[in-house]
Amino acid sequence: MEDNILLKINNISVVYSDVIQILKAVSLDIPEGQIVSLLGSNGAGKTTTLKAVSGILKPENGKVTEGTINYEGHNIQNSSPERVTRLGIIQVMEGRQPFKYLTVEENLRVGTATRWGKPYKKDLEMVYHYFAPLVYRKHSLAGYCSGGELQMLVMGRALMAQPRLLLLDEPSLGLAPMLVKEIFEIVKRINKEQRTTLMLVEQNANMALQIANFGYVMENGKIVLEGDAKDLRENPDVKEFYLGVAATGAIKTYKDVKSYKRRKRWL
Amino acid sequence: MEFFFQILINGLSIGFLYALTALGFVMIFKSSSVLNFAHGGLMAIGAFLFLVLSVWARLPIWLAFILTLAGSFSLGFIIERFFLRPLIGEALIEVIMLTLGLFIMFRGLLLFIFGGDIYSYPDFLPPALTFHWGPIEVAGVYVATFIIGLIFLGLFGFFFKYSSQGIYMRSVADNQPAAMALGVHVRRVFALSWAIAALVCAMSGIVLGIINGINVHEVSDLGIKVFPVVILGGLDSIGGAILGGIIIGLLETFTGGYISSGLREVVPYIVLIIILLIKPYGLFGLVEIERV
Repeated sequence: MEDNILLKINNISVVYSDVIQILKAVSLDIPEGQIVSLLGSNGAGKTTTLKAVSGILKPENGKVTEGTINYEGHNIQNSSPERVTRLGIIQVMEGRQPFKYLTVEENLRVGTATRWGKPYKKDLEMVYHYFAPLVYRKHSLAGYCSGGELQMLVMGRALMAQPRLLLLDEPSLGLAPMLVKEIFEIVKRINKEQRTTLMLVEQNANMALQIANFGYVMENGKIVLEGDAKDLRENPDVKEFYLGVAATGAIKTYKDVKSYKRRKRWL
Repeated sequence: MEFFFQILINGLSIGFLYALTALGFVMIFKSSSVLNFAHGGLMAIGAFLFLVLSVWARLPIWLAFILTLAGSFSLGFIIERFFLRPLIGEALIEVIMLTLGLFIMFRGLLLFIFGGDIYSYPDFLPPALTFHWGPIEVAGVYVATFIIGLIFLGLFGFFFKYSSQGIYMRSVADNQPAAMALGVHVRRVFALSWAIAALVCAMSGIVLGIINGINVHEVSDLGIKVFPVVILGGLDSIGGAILGGIIIGLLETFTGGYISSGLREVVPYIVLIIILLIKPYGLFGLVEIERV
């Protein structure tokens, strides 16, 4: 990969509660201005990787025990979320976590916490420009918004912080296919127009690989595969395990059916 | 009828006071889930600080008042920084025990310095403050409380609804992990809620001191009255705390006025028990928002 690495995760291991090891020697690079997607099945360690970057590990009793996370010359492994967010890294957490008892606009204003006291009107307009449906809901409580609106809300809230690196954790979770497409198009536009670097964790590998430049595949707390998104889309293993396409389309032989054996060599 | 209005205004002003105290209590509870048993201690400290500044140091009343509020505000910060922050991540019961310990410590300290005597402030309220309207007469202290209560409730309402810092505080109360991920300084929010709580406590300590005289036991025991108020209103609702305070204030003065002044102190606790039996989450406890 080429120059200008914004975030470099170097061989990190993460342990929860001093005993449970989730990540084992994970390394990955996020080049500036690109979309990097992180794929893998449940429990592979994708979310933990994001949390290790954003500093949310600490309150959950997790720790980076080995390796470094380097962001623009700062070592940020085991930093507090306050510090990491102020350096320009914002994580959008899995499962849409709105502030239910705040209105939509108040939710967006919480996004200005990293630069308290600075003007934010322009950013509000920018967010409403990307996520037009939010305009009509701005004075209603977030708790009463639909799933799609909430996904827009939490992404908009993160944009309010003017992040340089946005960590998106499963934005497509539980959304209708049309909406997923719309959300991903907006993500792509944000990346292009705001020059925001994105790290995208997804189960929906098909969508993720369509908008990403580069992809990593995780299994059991390790990176097992990496490559340009284009190449990953063509990779037979990824096709079968994540895209749900059989390798040939023809009737498989017994050897092909034993996919668990092929998969095993990753683990 | 005059009697009714007189009692109504007295009740409202006491109610505003309770509302403010409860607001401080609810702020701490909402942001950090800590039940603050030191509330009464903070009230007593405020009352005595004002006594020291106004009577012993002979400062002008307005200056003593402002200094007391500022001092209590800083005291809240200090309590959070030195006593509560080291306990972040520990079991909640330990934190609650700590606040009980703080209460005992504050009371012991005040008893050590001031003894169990009853003190009183000089009569500094201008007689013009006494409210006459036809045959209705309301004592100056109630009028002052009414005005101060309204101003501070308005200020806090504005602060929480419109100011960025207020919105950050509410976001922490709402969903702490999400607030943290957006870079809200959660520890600062805790500290600020303690500071605000200490400030409103001091204010109610002073006013109750004007009404009843200042005695370590009495003022600090009044802090317990915050429990009927917040349980009536719902522990997690700022609006509920305010309404609960006003209701308890009115109940007290009306009971005192129409039934018996002896019953007055008991009524809030009777209400507390009834509420706990019928609506354990309080009249205005937040309705869990669930989308259908």
